[in-house]
Amino acid sequence: MARIDVNHVRHSYLPNPRTDADFALREVHHTFEDGGAYALLGPSGCGKTTLLNIISGLLHPSHGQLLFNGRDVTNLSTQERNIAQVFQFPVIYDTMTVYDNLAFPLRNRGVPEADVDRKVRETLEMIDLASWAKKKARGLTADQKQKISLGRGLVRSDVNAILFDEPLTVIDPHMKWVLRSQLKQLHRRFGYTMVYVTHDQTEALTFADQVVVMYDGGIVQIGTPAELFERPRHTFVGYFIGSPGMNVVPVAIEGRTATLGSQRIELPGVPKASAGAVELGIRPEYVRLGSDGMAVSITKVEDVGRHKVVRAKLEGREIAAVIGEDETVPAEPKVRFDPAGINIYADSWRVEMGA
Amino acid sequence: MLELRNVTKTVGAVEHIRDVSLTLQHGSLNVLLGPTLSGKTSLMRLMAGLDVPTSGSVWFDGQNVTGTPVQKRKIAMVYQQFINYPAMTVYDNIASPLRVAGVEQGKIDSQVREAAALLKLTPYLDRTPLSLSGGQQQRTALARAIVKNASLVLLDEPLANLDYKLREELRAELPRIFAAAGTIFVYATTEPHEALLLGGNTATLSEGRITQFGPTIDVFRKPVDLVTARTFADPPLNSIVLAKKGADFLLEGGVKLPVPAELVGIADTNYTIGFQPHHLSLDRPNAAAVPVRAKVTITEITGSESFIHLDFADARWVMLTHGIRDFETDAVVEVFIDPRHIMVFDEHGRAMTAPKLAA
Amino acid sequence: MDKTWNNKAWFLVLPVLVLVAFTAVVPLMTVVNYSVQDTFGNNVFFWAGTEWFEELLSSSRFWEAMVRNLVFSFIILAIEVPLGIFIALNMPKKGWGVPVCLVLMSLPLLIPWNVVGTIWQVFGRSDIGLMGYYLNAIGIDYNYVQDPFDAWVTIIVMDVWHWTSLVVLLCYAGLVSIPDAFYQAAKIDGASRWAVFRYIQLPKMQRVLLIAVLLRFMDSFMIYTEPFVVTGGGPGNSTTFLSIDLVKTALGQFDLGPAAAMSLVYFLIILLLSWVFYTVMTNYDAER
Repeated sequence: MARIDVNHVRHSYLPNPRTDADFALREVHHTFEDGGAYALLGPSGCGKTTLLNIISGLLHPSHGQLLFNGRDVTNLSTQERNIAQVFQFPVIYDTMTVYDNLAFPLRNRGVPEADVDRKVRETLEMIDLASWAKKKARGLTADQKQKISLGRGLVRSDVNAILFDEPLTVIDPHMKWVLRSQLKQLHRRFGYTMVYVTHDQTEALTFADQVVVMYDGGIVQIGTPAELFERPRHTFVGYFIGSPGMNVVPVAIEGRTATLGSQRIELPGVPKASAGAVELGIRPEYVRLGSDGMAVSITKVEDVGRHKVVRAKLEGREIAAVIGEDETVPAEPKVRFDPAGINIYADSWRVEMGA
Repeated sequence: MLELRNVTKTVGAVEHIRDVSLTLQHGSLNVLLGPTLSGKTSLMRLMAGLDVPTSGSVWFDGQNVTGTPVQKRKIAMVYQQFINYPAMTVYDNIASPLRVAGVEQGKIDSQVREAAALLKLTPYLDRTPLSLSGGQQQRTALARAIVKNASLVLLDEPLANLDYKLREELRAELPRIFAAAGTIFVYATTEPHEALLLGGNTATLSEGRITQFGPTIDVFRKPVDLVTARTFADPPLNSIVLAKKGADFLLEGGVKLPVPAELVGIADTNYTIGFQPHHLSLDRPNAAAVPVRAKVTITEITGSESFIHLDFADARWVMLTHGIRDFETDAVVEVFIDPRHIMVFDEHGRAMTAPKLAA
Repeated sequence: MDKTWNNKAWFLVLPVLVLVAFTAVVPLMTVVNYSVQDTFGNNVFFWAGTEWFEELLSSSRFWEAMVRNLVFSFIILAIEVPLGIFIALNMPKKGWGVPVCLVLMSLPLLIPWNVVGTIWQVFGRSDIGLMGYYLNAIGIDYNYVQDPFDAWVTIIVMDVWHWTSLVVLLCYAGLVSIPDAFYQAAKIDGASRWAVFRYIQLPKMQRVLLIAVLLRFMDSFMIYTEPFVVTGGGPGNSTTFLSIDLVKTALGQFDLGPAAAMSLVYFLIILLLSWVFYTVMTNYDAER
């Protein structure tokens, strides 16, 4: 396993990139720690797959440098980098058995057959496919095939990192839960360095210790799931993470008070800067629906089983609130914003609040 | 009204659809919920007339339309892949079904613009589909389905190929589309969450069979059998087989889980108990809640919620709690089962319900 | 999967059915009819039973032609299939080279068969032909009119030139349909070039290869025009294939009965061998 340093990496698919817009990856400078579980999260076209392919060596960056454990690997091929990758659609050698699929990367590297056998058996146990060893790989279900793709990486004891490119796309919801938790257990037990690309916030947040949120070719925020949820650095992170995303409303700030139309909202502190377009962000989970506070008109209540999402209008702005499964909407609904969940943004970037 | 009467579809030796009877009303939204290969697409093809049932019949407004080809019926379909005419502009794409139907020019224009406005496509009318994002391409396909003014609109996992957030956005707009008067909408999905957000009615599918059909939230809250409960649960349903003795189910270590009052009279034997992951909690929800000790296998934290995977006896459970609750693997924790929310199934997987007792 | 019934569709197919009936079924029946009769012109026919078939199957001329056909088809397949795969593997997958290669590959397929024959007939001539003249000039004794070996080489080279493209195009279509992820995964697994071919490209090409082998087998087994134009079946009978023999019998000697019997046997052989090829290859496919 290795620490991966991505040093000022930029990439363009064009031969002569001029402006920032020509770059699929504008500039990434980040260290993936040895044994960490990372997710690269963002909408399509944000550059997350480009970054992954640069790490794996399938793509050579236009600018910048890549280090594995301090060693420059920028010009090394994929094989020489010794990484494993699981793709969106399961890649299996369908003329081979499950066993041979796992043995393939070892045999290619000339590992003695006795060691191959031992490693393959160990790996089959790890991915719960021991009883399938002698079966042809082509008859398996999508989730089993994806496990084989993963297994071909795990079987090599010397891999520097395991990379995932939206690996659960073709998996049914129920199996997603199983595979995801198995993946996480493998990480806990064996301490692989893992980088996981996805557009699905649930996958990213549940899998990773550190989530790298990307937008338009750059990194917007890196943080733990809790940080991204509670303190989004940018309104995009607020919108992109959480379901529904963060409520963002334009406000005017005066000391510890924000004004939204005729409503005054108490802030947890005094924002340190309030120039430019100032907005208040609050997640639906921190909007308290009850019989005191600011009057709202309810537009819709979505019952999603474990909780309800209430869509309402506050001073003409659409906001969402989350209430419990058994809670009901009061006759004259009013909302309060829990100060713990309030963030203030100036020109879309979060500003700190002082006491 | 679309009616399927005892429809079966066999291809080769494989039964894709097994004895399905279903009645869909005009102006309704109907979700087909089930995993891959459960028969959602096969069922839609039968409804559309793209396939003919091996046995059984399809009726539309009292007319037998079994075997009537799709061209002769007013049907629109939207697929998982973004299917548009690549060489035509968005405008021409949306207009195409109207032109085929021979609608006069002036009407075409107004209808196309109306549909485009509904789906936020107005700025892109002169572009070709391939120059648009996936979300916009699928909007174009949806707009084409709407202008057709079809009596039956079939949507086969239309959001599956979109990003999570785009899905969320488009899903929020779908109800406006579904408001079209008199049209029967059928929407296939693998995701329980999506069915709940869409509302309407839901039919759960498993191995080519419809296990339950009714208002979505009712199917979710009161599944008629274990298969339905499992199909309609995300995270997966927690379950365990327990012996009933009098007014209690016996848990490991002498713990007793009270039998719901209306079921106390059922026979003392083994039952499968099921409950949703959010009905397992770390904090005692009420006085009646029953504490059990379970071993943590892994914890997943999303920032707002935590999914705690647990081993209890032979069962693997997931607990869904608010906030951040992290535990080491193999830690033993005390969790509470809320007896008000348990579902009880007999040895055949049928839900034990009060009416059934009376019968 | 069965579709809805639409009776109108039959009207659309009807012209084709009539056409096929007139061009294939009716002539075939006529041939069957001829094959069991003897004729002396003036449309006078006598019942001959299986006489022509017995005579044919005991004639050494038939069996020699048959062996020539089999050897020819075998050589053709042995050269064109590997060569076709090899060229397809080395063709560019993107960029301006793709259309250029595709057009170049299609060229031989677009030339009429008798023109191909004529081209090679002139090309190989030792007095004026570009190839024949220079081969002799550098001291290689080459004359396809007199030397059976040279005649065979000429016909085989001509067929390879003419038809390898078909194999190339089919294989190429199979290759470009393989997703990039497979090659990337193979790189990551440290697979050699050979392993990539053996475990990714060959399995994914299998279906199109089956079609290529079948088409090339049937076509080469039925070859007529080109050798007829180039060698006319000579020198001696060295390049007289079943088809050439058939025409000689039917049109050269107007022995309609024996020619009809021969056609039927020829037809059945092709049918049988194609069926064997197909079953063997699809079974192989199913086993894996």
